[in-house]
Amino acid sequence: MAENKSIKLSVKRQENPESSPYWEDFEVPYRENMNVISALMEVQRNPVNAKGEKTTPVTWDMSCLEEVCGACSMVINGTARQSCTALIDQFEQPIKLEPMSTFPIVKDLQIDRSFMFDSLKRVQAWVPIDGTYDLGPGPRMPEKKRQTAYELSKCMTCGVCLEVCPNVNDKSKFMGAAAVSQVRLFNLHPTGSMNKNERLDALMGVGGVSECGMAQNCVKACPQGIPLTTSIAAMQRETTFHAFKSFFGSDHQVD
Amino acid sequence: MSKQDSSFLIRRIHSLLGVIPLGVFLVQHLVVNHFATRGEEAFNQAAGFMGNLPFVIFLEVFVIYVPILFHGIYGIYIAFTAQYKYGYPSTYRNISFLLQRVTGVLSFIFIAIHVYQTRVQVFMGADLDFDLVADIVENPLWLVFYIVGILATVYHFANGLWSFAITWGITQSDRSQRIMGYVSLLVFVIVSFIGIQAILAFI
Repeated sequence: MAENKSIKLSVKRQENPESSPYWEDFEVPYRENMNVISALMEVQRNPVNAKGEKTTPVTWDMSCLEEVCGACSMVINGTARQSCTALIDQFEQPIKLEPMSTFPIVKDLQIDRSFMFDSLKRVQAWVPIDGTYDLGPGPRMPEKKRQTAYELSKCMTCGVCLEVCPNVNDKSKFMGAAAVSQVRLFNLHPTGSMNKNERLDALMGVGGVSECGMAQNCVKACPQGIPLTTSIAAMQRETTFHAFKSFFGSDHQVD
Repeated sequence: MSKQDSSFLIRRIHSLLGVIPLGVFLVQHLVVNHFATRGEEAFNQAAGFMGNLPFVIFLEVFVIYVPILFHGIYGIYIAFTAQYKYGYPSTYRNISFLLQRVTGVLSFIFIAIHVYQTRVQVFMGADLDFDLVADIVENPLWLVFYIVGILATVYHFANGLWSFAITWGITQSDRSQRIMGYVSLLVFVIVSFIGIQAILAFI
């Protein structure tokens, strides 16, 4: 390795949610085993662009740095992914960094994923256990079911599946694959399934599972390899049954 | 179903109508047209039989016109609320997502023109016979338009069968969805063959 090797970054920047975006190039000194985040940290340390002008440091989100928190998602050379596992050596330079376009931009590469958390609240993606007394241990979970649920539980709400989805945009209210898959997760849970009808009702509401367009980009893009299209199809089946049961049936509320 | 939204029901009806009755009608229509390959006489007899079914106007309205307007108008709404993701990830499914919407809009335009050129003309007094279609496709531009229209409609139907199976929760596993993909391709090939052979018989 040459001593004075450098990394070329091209960053799509935006001052605030209202202002218009612009591209700025940076050149930072190369070190071995760098990732996109450590390169951005270099820019933060010395906020000078490729032309040698002093500029503002680039803003982005990050937390765990080991691809489990989902905070540092961005579009790197055209592909939405986590920047913490994006190793510099694996990319063609200049490395183009853009914020994920599906979400409102806060500043530079920092985006607002509230839409996803609101969807999780709407579908009640949790197991309600709070009460005034100890309910004791819940029912045991069959091992096979646990294995399936474990895969689904890897979702970190990173937003990549929404970014690649053609049906998640300003014109549609579709909640995207992540929230649908979480309904499957919590409906699989023995205690969680006691509230499965409320979750299915939410999935049949505005922006629910029926608005999936089946481009199946989500499952290809998911950094955790979650079987998102199987989850969506599973929820299509559950909501179909739920619709028939709630119209024609009587005792489905307790089953 | 108070908590559930009407859009769920509308989407499910949209999906159902695409196959029953519209898909069934499409196949039936192309099969009847295929009589043209057996000569003018055979086609006139078959078309005469279809056109003189009892209560034909009610059959047309409830099996064709109402479903197609519902499916077409809501389908255009679906197509234009999507924002296609170019290039990434470049998979067959991402491309077929786009094709499904493009062929949907194309079919809707094609069918509107086709209905004007045939059914509306018959309503205004033209004879329902071989020459009605033969006069149209005499012009090579109309012939090309018809071939493109048939291919688009059949693709939309065949690929629609694949998504129908997911929408109703029939194909859930990866494997079943993949096999259904092959089935829908086979349907596309067979039904287009019937349709193209039929239209070429009018030249």
